[in-house]
Amino acid sequence: MMDRYTRLQLVGIYAALAVFLTFILLPFFEMFMASLRPLEHLFRAPYQFWSDDFSFDAYRKMWVTVPLLGRYIWNSIYISFAVTGLTMVFVIPAAYAFARLDFPFKNATLGMFLSVNMFTGAVLLIPLYRVMRTMGLLNTYWAMIVPGVAFLIPTGIWLLRSYLEKIPRELEEAAFVDGASRIYTLRRVVLPLAVPGLIVVGVAVFIGAYAQQYLFAITFNQTRELQPLPAGLNEFIGYQSVNWNEMMAAALVGVLPVMVIFLFLQKYLVAGLTAGAVKE
Amino acid sequence: MSATPNIGSKRKFSAMPEATFAWILVAPAVLFILVIIAWPLVETFRLSFTDANLGGETYVGFENYAELLDKQKFHDTIIRTFYWMGLSVALKLVLELIGATLLNAAIPGKGLFRVLVMPPWVIPVAIGCIGWLWLYNGYFGIISGVAQRIGLIDGPIEFLAHKTSAFYSAVVTDVWVGTPMVTLFLLAAMQGVSRDLYEAAWVDGASRWYRFRRITIPQIMPVIVSMALLSAIWTFNSFEIIWILTQGGPRGGTTTLIIDTYKTAIGNYKFGEGAARAVVIVILLAIFSTAYMFILNKVNKKYGSK
Repeated sequence: MMDRYTRLQLVGIYAALAVFLTFILLPFFEMFMASLRPLEHLFRAPYQFWSDDFSFDAYRKMWVTVPLLGRYIWNSIYISFAVTGLTMVFVIPAAYAFARLDFPFKNATLGMFLSVNMFTGAVLLIPLYRVMRTMGLLNTYWAMIVPGVAFLIPTGIWLLRSYLEKIPRELEEAAFVDGASRIYTLRRVVLPLAVPGLIVVGVAVFIGAYAQQYLFAITFNQTRELQPLPAGLNEFIGYQSVNWNEMMAAALVGVLPVMVIFLFLQKYLVAGLTAGAVKE
Repeated sequence: MSATPNIGSKRKFSAMPEATFAWILVAPAVLFILVIIAWPLVETFRLSFTDANLGGETYVGFENYAELLDKQKFHDTIIRTFYWMGLSVALKLVLELIGATLLNAAIPGKGLFRVLVMPPWVIPVAIGCIGWLWLYNGYFGIISGVAQRIGLIDGPIEFLAHKTSAFYSAVVTDVWVGTPMVTLFLLAAMQGVSRDLYEAAWVDGASRWYRFRRITIPQIMPVIVSMALLSAIWTFNSFEIIWILTQGGPRGGTTTLIIDTYKTAIGNYKFGEGAARAVVIVILLAIFSTAYMFILNKVNKKYGSK
């Protein structure tokens, strides 16, 4: 009953949502329209919102103009999965230690992780380049994976730690009383309980990895075959002209696989974030 | 805080001491961060005292810093960066709060709306920026195009070609990129607020607005405050958006500290001077975060730690 809205309130809420979502979705709408527009249309004045020669040609031609497009789309996803997997390997044990155990320099170490949030790749690019070169990682997938992992570890620890703190300790105690080792308790008792939290953190890390591969890719990698989508899209910029319509089509098609994954995961995401907040 | 006993420190069932076990768990992550972030950071400090470039490097003391202190242009960049951060973060926070509140409303279709906010967050930042690049175009962008059609403006407006409009255009795009994620975090926090509180207030005849102001906001304050800090740091360091839209132009109109640093170091190969700028960023953000954490602690005390 408390949640009942008057008709006027409902209209207001939907109107406000419409404005909000228009802002959020406008660039996608524009990219879609641009992908349908024939190239010779671009500089036609006055501006035409719609015309009869709009077509889906760009969606066919883009694979010819940039033959490696499929590879770029795959690279983006591959790098993100690799970053996510590796990040979780570092994050899970560390987050557990911060959530449950006492050890010397705990606060200092946690502070160090959190202060990493103050940097972005762009600040450390020069020495980072040298590190990558020394380790022989330039122009490999690792050049894009390793810095991605480093910058996502702190966020992962922060998110997972607060989730783990909300899991009741009683079960761990019970396992201890039964004589289970620490590692056994972590693997068999804590982790299964933390699955919803792990999904949320994993998804958040994946998004971070997927969203921010551009800078590392253009700086640390010159191998065309390994470029992720955002960097690969530059190939639609030719010597003479820019194939704008194909670039837009490629961008939309390129993010489609991940969008579909999210359609399925979004329930867990919002629910998981909420679960983290509800307990206690 | 709950008063559960600290099992780890009081019982010694396992052979391995707690501290040792904890350090084994934490060590890989610590080592990784030391090599990939801490060491480059130390290296940046060292480079900032040299004139390192493609040819080599010699120690120059505080010369790079002295130069920055003297440069009016650099002072302008600092002011512009803080203005950029303040404006963008304020706009984002307002929008995120409104967005989260709307998405939290118990209305038909709320599931769908929650999905529709996500796209800017889950796609690569660089790709979203390409969309905005097009939107801001005077000849074929929908904003200028439609404005011309309905007679709002006479000719095409190139939003990114003028100093002021380019700056505010970049702010809008930054708001667009940053809003969805925090909106969802705030939404999650709002859903975590106990319904009993609302029901009690409702029974007492409290209006919706009153409930929002006196229950929702105080309850989610800790989340708002920590999200605002993260958002501020990310905005301060926001690189890709400005780089793709304007590369810091026109005539330096959108050059923030991070863009200036990148241009100096990577664009002009002046590694030493670039490193000095990077150090300035680190120092400014450290001061800002410390001041902020100080306020955060006070806020947490006021609203009770959660």
